[in-house]
Amino acid sequence: MAKGDPGVSTRGRRAVPRSRKGATGDPELVQLLTPEGERIESVTGPDGTEYRVDFTDEEYRSFYRDLVLVRKLDAEATALQRQGELGLWASLLGQEAAQVGSGRALRTQDMAFPTYREHGVLYCRGIDPIMPLGLFRGVDQGGWDPNEFKFNMYTIVIGAQTLHATGYAMGITMDGKTGTDEGEAVIAYFGDGATSQGDVNEAFVWASVFNAPMVFFCQNNQYAISEPLERQTRIPLYRRAAGFGFPGIRVDGNDVLASYAVTRHALDNARHGQGPSLIEAYTYRMGAHTTSDDPTRYRIASEVEAWQAKDPIARMKTFLIKQKIAGDDFFAEVDEQAKRESVHLRERVLEMPNPEPNSMFDHVYPNGSPLVDQQRAQFTQYLESFEGSAH
Amino acid sequence: MSRVKEFNLPDLGEGLTEGEILSWLVKVGDTIELNQPIVEVETAKAAVEIPAKWAGRVQSIFHAEGATVEVGTPIIAIDTDPTAGPLETPEPTGGAAKGSSAAGEVAKGAAESGQNDDAESGKRTPVLVGYGPRTTAAKRRPRKGVAPAAPAQAAPVPAQAAPVPVQAAPVPVQAAPVPVQAAPAPVASGPSTAGNGHSGPAGGARVLAKPPVRKLAKDLGVDLSTLTGSGPLGSISREDVRQAASGTPAAAEPLAAVAAVGGPAANVGVHREQRIPVKGVRKLTAENMSRSAFTAPHVTEFLTVDMTRAMKALDRLRQRREWRDVRVSPLLLVAKAVLLAVRRHPMVNSAWAGEEIVVKDYVNLGIAAATERGLIVPNVKDAGRLTLRELADSLTDLVQTAKAGKTSPADMSGGTLTITNVGVFGVDTGTPILPPGESAILAFGAVRKMPWVHKGKVRPRQVTTLGLSFDHRIIDGELGSRFLRDIGDFLADPEAALLAWT
Repeated sequence: MAKGDPGVSTRGRRAVPRSRKGATGDPELVQLLTPEGERIESVTGPDGTEYRVDFTDEEYRSFYRDLVLVRKLDAEATALQRQGELGLWASLLGQEAAQVGSGRALRTQDMAFPTYREHGVLYCRGIDPIMPLGLFRGVDQGGWDPNEFKFNMYTIVIGAQTLHATGYAMGITMDGKTGTDEGEAVIAYFGDGATSQGDVNEAFVWASVFNAPMVFFCQNNQYAISEPLERQTRIPLYRRAAGFGFPGIRVDGNDVLASYAVTRHALDNARHGQGPSLIEAYTYRMGAHTTSDDPTRYRIASEVEAWQAKDPIARMKTFLIKQKIAGDDFFAEVDEQAKRESVHLRERVLEMPNPEPNSMFDHVYPNGSPLVDQQRAQFTQYLESFEGSAH
Repeated sequence: MSRVKEFNLPDLGEGLTEGEILSWLVKVGDTIELNQPIVEVETAKAAVEIPAKWAGRVQSIFHAEGATVEVGTPIIAIDTDPTAGPLETPEPTGGAAKGSSAAGEVAKGAAESGQNDDAESGKRTPVLVGYGPRTTAAKRRPRKGVAPAAPAQAAPVPAQAAPVPVQAAPVPVQAAPVPVQAAPAPVASGPSTAGNGHSGPAGGARVLAKPPVRKLAKDLGVDLSTLTGSGPLGSISREDVRQAASGTPAAAEPLAAVAAVGGPAANVGVHREQRIPVKGVRKLTAENMSRSAFTAPHVTEFLTVDMTRAMKALDRLRQRREWRDVRVSPLLLVAKAVLLAVRRHPMVNSAWAGEEIVVKDYVNLGIAAATERGLIVPNVKDAGRLTLRELADSLTDLVQTAKAGKTSPADMSGGTLTITNVGVFGVDTGTPILPPGESAILAFGAVRKMPWVHKGKVRPRQVTTLGLSFDHRIIDGELGSRFLRDIGDFLADPEAALLAWT
């Protein structure tokens, strides 16, 4: 399939910078919903896998609802940062479909390892979106029980979670929890920039040789902060998997249906004991890397506009309207719900209590430690040295 | 709870302290919704739109577009319940409250605007990291009794920690450019600064050392401030501390006597390296040079000139009766050339002041002078107004004062344009570095007999090379070239230039 494929770099063309053309029409890219809102019945992948989805009208509508809600909550968090209520926020704008599609493809028993941007996956796991905001507000350390939510803690270190995920997946194999429909699988999220990290490559090696029940889900949003994809790779990222000995596939990351289909298939393969796979969700970060970043310094407006035309929500809405699956009432109702939930989120963020200074010692060890106890005592004494101290 | 809430400029990036108001997207009286973009602010990191924190009506806008505002300063006041009738208190105007009750009201509004519920005072201080400015003045609780703080930490708290009267006064807009100063700070008052034991240099630079090294020094009882570091950036290494502790004195080394040219501080250790503390003129020179070199983009151009005619003109000048006792050197003609050329290109005599270029009508002509204490640059004040004779006298005075080591700080401050006479050392030219606050400096090389094409034939002529460095932010290549060309034209034929230009 390599021959003559567009987007494939060959030695002779190396000197010519490849244009980052749109995903549309690329035979390598799995797509079930075009940017124009046209449904494609099914797509056959390079390995002969047929990707298709068959949803009820209600399910199509719920996909749309999730996309809109996830975007609105994200926008609210960005606003809260601009208003001084969060220290930082990493927006998912533009990547809703990759996250909602893959997040909804997870089965209850599956385990997810996010980066710090997977607010959409978190939402689809049924987790209260307030959960990560304490971290970004700086009132907690972003700790939660990964086992309770089947959703690991946000990982700031680039790519580190892929190793954690691989270890977890190897544990599943050792526990004998693969091989059936009820088998467990692991999904690790990361970005295009992380593929240059040693951790990610090591994770590929380990997952491959131990046949770990893993899905490596790479959201290729085209930029590692300011560094474009051309600086990460000479070949499409999904093709890296071949070198490690497992399948890789590229999906239109702005197509929620294809993202769902490809992820569900890869997870099911993993849970049945067929080893890892790499999914490259080809998408675009419409906003800044984080609220501390200014993307206009490193990318041009026309590029952003070209991706605007591939918006994941707009194409879903067009599809719902064309197919008469949803009408104005529904869209208004979703918008209303999104507004309500975002205001609710805002109110709860503003009410987050400041932590007690001593609380930083609380979760260092599950059963305490003499050293930490001593430090806590010293710190308490220090606090008490101030007048009017309640401690 | 106050209806009118003030919104303080938050830290929009991680650790920013200020932002510039690019444009207001709303005006006073506008009704706004929650999260409606109200203002565009540019910080060191990005230009961003800030969405409204509350719905309501815009009550006041405290800073005009273009203003630079500190983080934590109120930028807008919003009436969060405009339908509830008129406000009972006067409209707050950025905290410059009209009455005491209004002041209280405004301050309360400010307190509610932040997330810190215990803010009692409206005065905010910028934060380095975090999501909200804190009122440090109000927050800091006094310690009980005498705190057993480590003596090293007992640095006096700056006076600003004193409680501030309740007043939500926004910090004034910093629109006015800071006046440019050539800032050749006073020459060190004496060779010895370490007079009072090891209480540390007063207000001096802090000692660089990694924590383990500090620990080691503490354990060994070594005062870090007495050491000169050999590590990167002059930081103190473990080895330095050990050496100091073991008391390897320089006196034991016979080499010390040989190498002790750098004054009393010269200290040659076992490594046959001499360590000279950086202070006084050297320190100032280093600071000025690196500051200038890394802020002003330098361009240097060269011009080789036949000065034979000028040298003959100088001879004729010396022979005149009234000039008999005057010291006349080629530098005098170069100075005159520069002053005349400045008159034709005033833009060269200017300073970069951030948002403005300050073009000066007066020329304080600096002359770089090598002295025993190092390089100093005294200047001739308002040199453009002096006659040639006055200029000659001033230059002589200036050089003699400098050589005697009596140059006063006033003589060295306020320079606008400088000549460095590297020719006296016998070199041809150089690429001089601008004194801070100036935008042009001319290097005057040696005047020597060279083969030169004169009237179609190769002749021995008195030739020199001029090197002009200029601040490329202000001076384009064209202007710099014309300026240098004019200096060259004057030196090639002073009489004609004088007739043509004056």
